Amino acid sequence: MNGAADMGGMHGFGPVMPEPNEPVFHADWEKQAFALNMAIGIPNIWTLDAFRFARESQPPPQYLNMSYYGLWVATLENMMLEYGLATRQELAAGHALAPVKKAAKPVTAEEAATMVRCGSPYNRSAPAPALFKVGDKVHARNMHPKTHTRLPRYARGHAGTIMRIVGCHVFPDSNATHVGEDPHWLYTVRFDGREIWGEDSDPAVKVHIEAWEPYLELI
Amino acid sequence: MQLRTRALETILLEKGYIDPAALDVLIETYEKKIGPRNGAKVVAKAWTDSQYRQWLFTDGTAAIESLGFSGRSGNHLVALENTPAVHNMVVCTLCSCYPWAVLGLPPVWYKSAPYRSRTIADPRGVLRDFGVKLPKDTEIHVWDSTSELRYLVVPMRPVATEGWSEEQLAELVTRDSMIGTGLAKSPMDVK
Repeated sequence: MNGAADMGGMHGFGPVMPEPNEPVFHADWEKQAFALNMAIGIPNIWTLDAFRFARESQPPPQYLNMSYYGLWVATLENMMLEYGLATRQELAAGHALAPVKKAAKPVTAEEAATMVRCGSPYNRSAPAPALFKVGDKVHARNMHPKTHTRLPRYARGHAGTIMRIVGCHVFPDSNATHVGEDPHWLYTVRFDGREIWGEDSDPAVKVHIEAWEPYLELI
Repeated sequence: MQLRTRALETILLEKGYIDPAALDVLIETYEKKIGPRNGAKVVAKAWTDSQYRQWLFTDGTAAIESLGFSGRSGNHLVALENTPAVHNMVVCTLCSCYPWAVLGLPPVWYKSAPYRSRTIADPRGVLRDFGVKLPKDTEIHVWDSTSELRYLVVPMRPVATEGWSEEQLAELVTRDSMIGTGLAKSPMDVK
C-alpha cells in the first residue's frame, strides 16, 4: 500500500540524530511492548507480514507522529480487536471482561528461547524454475496494490539489473492477508542512482532492493 | 503509552495468551545477550582469516552461523565488503528490518523517518550527519532491506593493526561501521 511507511526518497524530515551510548530500550513500557508483540506473534495467531501490514495501515498523520514502540502498541490494540482477542470495552477498562474466544496456549519461556535461537527461515521449495538469471535487465513493475507489498514506490517503473538469485521465499504480499505463503523467487536488483533520482543526483550511488518475481518484468 | 501497554499486557495475561516468563526471556535476550559484539566477532575473524573471509562473502548465513550467530532476523544473511572503491550502507526504507542476530535491536535513528527517507537517495548527506566523509569517486552501494534477507557490512580493516589478535581487532568494530554509517575505529581511538 502507498502508506506513510514507504518513505524512501521523501524530503523534509531533517538530519539523522544519532544518540551517543543509546540504551536498547528507553523505558520499561518499550520492553513490554516489544516482548508482548514477539510473544503473541510466535504462535501464529497472525503472521509477521500481517503485523507489518497492520503497522503501515495506520493513517499517515498518526503513523508519522508515533514513536516506534508507540506504533507497535497502537498496532497491537488494533490487531487484538480485529482477531477477537479483546473488545473495545476491555481496552478501555484495562482488564478482561468477556470470556476467552479462542483456546489460548501461551508461548513458554523455553519456546521463546527456541524462537530466538532458530528464527523462522523464509525460504521454501520452488514451485517452478526461476524466470530470471543474474545479469538480466528488468523493470520493477508500476503497481499500486492497496494491500501489503515490499516493492517501494521509488523503485516502481525503473530499470535495474538482477545481481543475485536469493532463493524461493514466502511472498509477503500474499502472506500478509492470510491467503497463504505463496512462495516466489526472490532477487537482489541493482539500480543506478540516477535512474531513480534523476540526472542531477550523485553519479556514484547504486541502489539495491530485494524483489520477488511478481514485482519484475524482463526488459 | 505506559498505561496502554499495561492494559494490553493485563488483558493478554488474564486471557492466557501470554506467559510472563516468556516475556522475561525475550527482554533479557535482546537487552543483555544479543548485540553488536556478535557482529564485531564476525568482522574481526574476516580481517584475520582469509579462508573465513572468502566463505563469509560467498555464504554469509553459514559462515556467520558457524560462530554461533543465527536465528530470529538472521536466517538469511549476506555480508557486504567495504573497499577503497565501494562503501556499503544498509537501510530499511519501509520500516526497521535489521540483522538482529549479529547487531541486536536497531537504534532509534535507524528506524527514524530522516534515516529511512534520505539514505536511499542521499547516502553521502546522511554520512555527513555521522561525521563521515568519503572521497567523491567512492561508489556508495545502498541496500534496502525489503525481504527477510539481512545485511552485515564488513568495514575496512584499520591501518597499523598488523599482528593484532581477533579479540583486539573486535574492539575496533563499531555498530555503525557494520551498518555503513561509520568506519572502524583506528588504533589511536582505543589507546
